[in-house]
Amino acid sequence: MGQRIAVIDYGMGNLRSVSKAVEHVAGQGDEVRVTDDPAYISAADRVVFPGQGAARDCMAAIGQHHLGQAVLQAAREKPFLGICMGLQVLLDHSEENGGTPLMGLYPGNVVRFPNTGLKVPHMGWNQVLPVGDHPLWTGIEPGSRFYFVHSYYVVPDDPGLKAAETDYGICFPSAIANANVFAVQFHPEKSADNGLRLLRNFVNWKP
Amino acid sequence: MLAKRIIPCLDVDRGRVVKGVKFVEIRDAGDPVEVARRYNQEGADEITFLDITASSDDRETMVHVVERVASEVFIPLTVGGGIRKPEDVLRMLNAGADKVAINTAAVFNPEFVKEAAERFGSQCIVVAIDAKRVDDHWEIFTHGGRKPTGIDAIEWAKKMAEYGAGEILLTSMDRDGTKAGFDNELTRRVSEAVSIPVIASGGVGNLDHLVDGVTEGKADAVLAASIFHFAEYSIEEAKRYMAGRGVEVRL
Repeated sequence: MGQRIAVIDYGMGNLRSVSKAVEHVAGQGDEVRVTDDPAYISAADRVVFPGQGAARDCMAAIGQHHLGQAVLQAAREKPFLGICMGLQVLLDHSEENGGTPLMGLYPGNVVRFPNTGLKVPHMGWNQVLPVGDHPLWTGIEPGSRFYFVHSYYVVPDDPGLKAAETDYGICFPSAIANANVFAVQFHPEKSADNGLRLLRNFVNWKP
Repeated sequence: MLAKRIIPCLDVDRGRVVKGVKFVEIRDAGDPVEVARRYNQEGADEITFLDITASSDDRETMVHVVERVASEVFIPLTVGGGIRKPEDVLRMLNAGADKVAINTAAVFNPEFVKEAAERFGSQCIVVAIDAKRVDDHWEIFTHGGRKPTGIDAIEWAKKMAEYGAGEILLTSMDRDGTKAGFDNELTRRVSEAVSIPVIASGGVGNLDHLVDGVTEGKADAVLAASIFHFAEYSIEEAKRYMAGRGVEVRL
């Protein structure tokens, strides 16, 4: 019997790429389901939490879909992969949209790239340097490139959460990890072989 | 450091790649899925599909092409051609496209760009600009470069960025198809005028042109069609060459 992998759908953007990429690396008997059903999310073996768009819209959509509890619960108890906005909303607060309260799983802020003369959004393939060992980096060379599209980045209060960093005018955390949670600013579903490898590592991860 | 992106572009008519693609071990060079797979293997950073299907009845075909490509090629996909209303954007995104390129429709209805950016996010809205030099400036043209609009290309790029475009795909109509290289002055002027990424397009004939687009044109990405289709150069060769000339690329 395979595992159940929930890809959380709260109406923010297209989840087809994420679900296709997860299906591509999942085991034969595994079920990958794009869902907004809190019951399915609670029963799933692991959870992928994607997201794109503005912070305020994302928080509103999570509320409208009554998914706040299910997401927080999943992040506390099962393998959980946040992607892009699915990373950012785990913090307390974002500067975006004149200040937006977030889910608050981790103390810290989401801030806009300062003016360094580089273009914002940070869009394209940049290098990711893992900080410390983590099973999700297995088989991925330090400095491998992943695809990013974002204007804001996370600054967790606890520097120990940082699982990778990336340089774009300033050095920012491009992944965080804590117990059963791993969350990335880049898009593994759009990052060719390295992205698929990270997703495969997630699907097999036993935190 | 962020890499400069190399983007092959495929013209697709009723679900088939046109202008021919020459690859040695490819079974069906007219099949966009086969070609996309090959470009992905060679290290393309994104793939752009331009739907040149004339009849709107046949446009559904492009949706299926995107679905098939997105099921097995995991890099960003952009679709342009015939994107005129929010439903067109939605249909392509649902099929698995990451971005849509809006061209003529933006000129006739700039509010469409604003609406699309608000509804779907700037990250998936590319505004395509076809520009031609007129005296001492550049004007935008529609309908594949046939119809002048009198609109200044640089001012237009700024306006589109303000309206929420996430990226500008800038084609020089003077250079398109000439193999004489990008219009680097145009590219640089636009790139310096906006804070969003600019993709240079039109005129690539050799690998130095790709380098020049980045160094002289200050482009964030370079788009080319024929030099890759006719296997003059593979994408990997292009990237190695660019790296050798000091351009940051993903190898």
